[in-house]
Amino acid sequence: MQVNGAWQPTIVAFCCNWCSYAGADLTGTNRLAYPANVKIIRIPCSCRLNPLFILRAFGRGADGVILCGCHPGDCHYTTGNYYARRRMTLLFSMLDFLGIERERTRVEWVSAAEGAKFAAVMNDFVRQITVLGENKRLEDFRCK
Amino acid sequence: MQRIGVFVCHCGTNIAATVDVAQVAETLGKEPGVVLATDYPYMCSQSGQDMIENAIREQKLTGVVICSCSPRMHEATFRKTVARAGLNPYLLEIANVREQCSWVHKDREEATQKAIILGRAAIAKVTLNAPLVAGESPVVKRALVIGGGIAGIQTALDIADAGFEVDIVEKEATIGGKMAQLDKTFPTLDCAACILTPKMVDAAQHEKINILSYSEVEAVGGFVGSFRVKIRRKARYVDETKCTGCGLCTEKCPQKAVPNPFNLGLDTRRAIAIPFAQAVPKVAYIDPNYCTMLKTGKCGVCSKVCTVGAIDYKQQDTLEEREYGAIVAATGYRPISLEKYGEYAYGQSPDVVTSLELERLMNAAGPTGGTLLRPSDRTHPKTIVFVQCVGSRCEEDGRGKPYCSKICCMYTAKHAMLIREKYPDTEVYVFYIDVRTPGKNFDEFYRRAVEEYGVHYITGQVGKIVPENGKLLVQGSDLLAGMQPKIAADLVVLAAAIEPDPSARSLATLLTASMDTNDFFTEAHPKLRPVESPTAGVFLSGACQGPKDIPETVAQAGAAAAKVIGLLSRDHIVCNPCVATPNEQMCNGCSSCEKVCPYGAITYADKEFRMPDRTTALRRVAQVNPAVCQGCGACTVACPSGAMDLLGFSNKQIMAEVDAICR
Repeated sequence: MQVNGAWQPTIVAFCCNWCSYAGADLTGTNRLAYPANVKIIRIPCSCRLNPLFILRAFGRGADGVILCGCHPGDCHYTTGNYYARRRMTLLFSMLDFLGIERERTRVEWVSAAEGAKFAAVMNDFVRQITVLGENKRLEDFRCK
Repeated sequence: MQRIGVFVCHCGTNIAATVDVAQVAETLGKEPGVVLATDYPYMCSQSGQDMIENAIREQKLTGVVICSCSPRMHEATFRKTVARAGLNPYLLEIANVREQCSWVHKDREEATQKAIILGRAAIAKVTLNAPLVAGESPVVKRALVIGGGIAGIQTALDIADAGFEVDIVEKEATIGGKMAQLDKTFPTLDCAACILTPKMVDAAQHEKINILSYSEVEAVGGFVGSFRVKIRRKARYVDETKCTGCGLCTEKCPQKAVPNPFNLGLDTRRAIAIPFAQAVPKVAYIDPNYCTMLKTGKCGVCSKVCTVGAIDYKQQDTLEEREYGAIVAATGYRPISLEKYGEYAYGQSPDVVTSLELERLMNAAGPTGGTLLRPSDRTHPKTIVFVQCVGSRCEEDGRGKPYCSKICCMYTAKHAMLIREKYPDTEVYVFYIDVRTPGKNFDEFYRRAVEEYGVHYITGQVGKIVPENGKLLVQGSDLLAGMQPKIAADLVVLAAAIEPDPSARSLATLLTASMDTNDFFTEAHPKLRPVESPTAGVFLSGACQGPKDIPETVAQAGAAAAKVIGLLSRDHIVCNPCVATPNEQMCNGCSSCEKVCPYGAITYADKEFRMPDRTTALRRVAQVNPAVCQGCGACTVACPSGAMDLLGFSNKQIMAEVDAICR
């Protein structure tokens, strides 16, 4: 995304409703800052994340995608984050195949009490994506 | 044609100070489908809600987007607002521009731009929202309590007192649990039986309580409000309706060498027995592993002496199926097995006992009639060593548990105090790592043991116990004195860690309730929902959720009962409408969704479909029970044909949000 002529990374964060979305809310309540590049999409559970959503985001010009869910063992739906973890592992090898840098996708476990961790993770992820630069691999140039 | 209204909240200055709310409203007003975009200082106030209501009516809105605080805060509030105006409450989306925008960003320009993007994403999503109707399912007004210890008894009594029927399923032949085996209770030193047995009788006599002893839960189906539970009633070879509990058979049975489980094998009983004098129900049962008649077909003494003809050697297990609205797990705990702790000589010397065995050795109804005697030679022990934390707080060696068992410090202080009180000539030593006494009057109790009763507390662990010349040589360390004391003890008592009852693991699977790594049941929220399991309609009572003493167990039992009463007093429960829904045309019945569903909400039905050649064919397709589905969405991703979707968080909706953010 171009802001005032300078490139700024676009980052999509999928957050599960029970832990990480609440953790992100806590970050706000504690007024801990992270870059505005991060846009959060609420999903009921990390297992709701279809890997296609990540490919879609990269296809539409996202520079980084992060999935945040409850810590393993703490899933509101008992086992959802285990499914998410397994699916993401498979997706990582597919992203390797597509040539999308491994560092553009990340999975983090953030509980509803970890506001500080959420901010730290987002600061770190934005820094990492900024260093990587623009993601052009999956962009559909025909639509431009 | 969509007619969407956008409402941007200032939240006083909480949002407006960092986000240019007027610019957000103006920009979002130009989005396709948006017919109204406005801002207001407090959307959640009465006047703000009135404004939304009026706008819905006047502008005939088909969808509402509110840019405000987190949906976790006010989604429910605004859903009601929208519903009051006659619009389906699920045609609302909230853009979180406070917690996830104005409060975390400092730059006004950046925050405003982000708020606009979040608003766009919400507009894109609400365009695809479908009106959803929350379903209702009826509630069966009966509760099942699994486990008949003090936790289960208290929960059952509290539920029954509120007027609801309760069944207690207990796997042993009597209710009472571990508390029935205890001698005295800390910190008041009143006898466990004196406070427990009246409760057992209350439960037995309560017209709303039905005790199913010697029974186990075999299968659980259904969901909150209407669980269907299969209960196996094990054969006791005694007709429960005829037996009067006179006990004649238990005196005449010739098979005398049966280890008595109630006294932890410290003495023996007969093959037909009543577990203990105050057992409820007071009905005998035959242990088929020892009964000569059942094993060889030759004996029948009990049937000859029984005056009411209650003995039935041909009795078989029976299965009962019952319906319940709520289920309470109260499966309790047990001390861990000490077979891996060879250095403490447990099992090598009968004079090394666990604390629970000591309870029986000190109990007036125990094998020694309440006189403390060494199991080996039935003499008075003059020197007694207690070893704390045997298996607690030590996971490293692969034998113990990582957690603190919580009750050992207090019961050891109790034992030490009782022994010094009754036998002042006995020296009592306690090896401990820490003394943990948080609880009302607990620390005072422990101080009394040390100061008034002269119990020797030694900071340090015991390395080895060697049986030697009828004594037990205890080699430990005294960290404060920097010495390695050796004590020749007559009796050693090990405070074994406690662990969940082994039946809990399989029960959790039946209930689809979650467990932690130590097999304790997990609560829905560790602070705010401590007696509910994450599975709707399943509640937790007592030590199955974590180590607990009696007061805590009783308090939690009452809390669980209150939750059950709250559920059972409703005629219907409202279900979450954001559930999975299959597209039957696309479904190929592969079962992928069923395998990942943690709730068993997915079943399959054969349905008729029109084929291209105008014939009809039966095809197996997935069916989701909306009352059971909790809406996690695991199945939507597992579905290989894309037939499964989640209402409220559909593939299209999430894709639309992604597109709006990335555009």
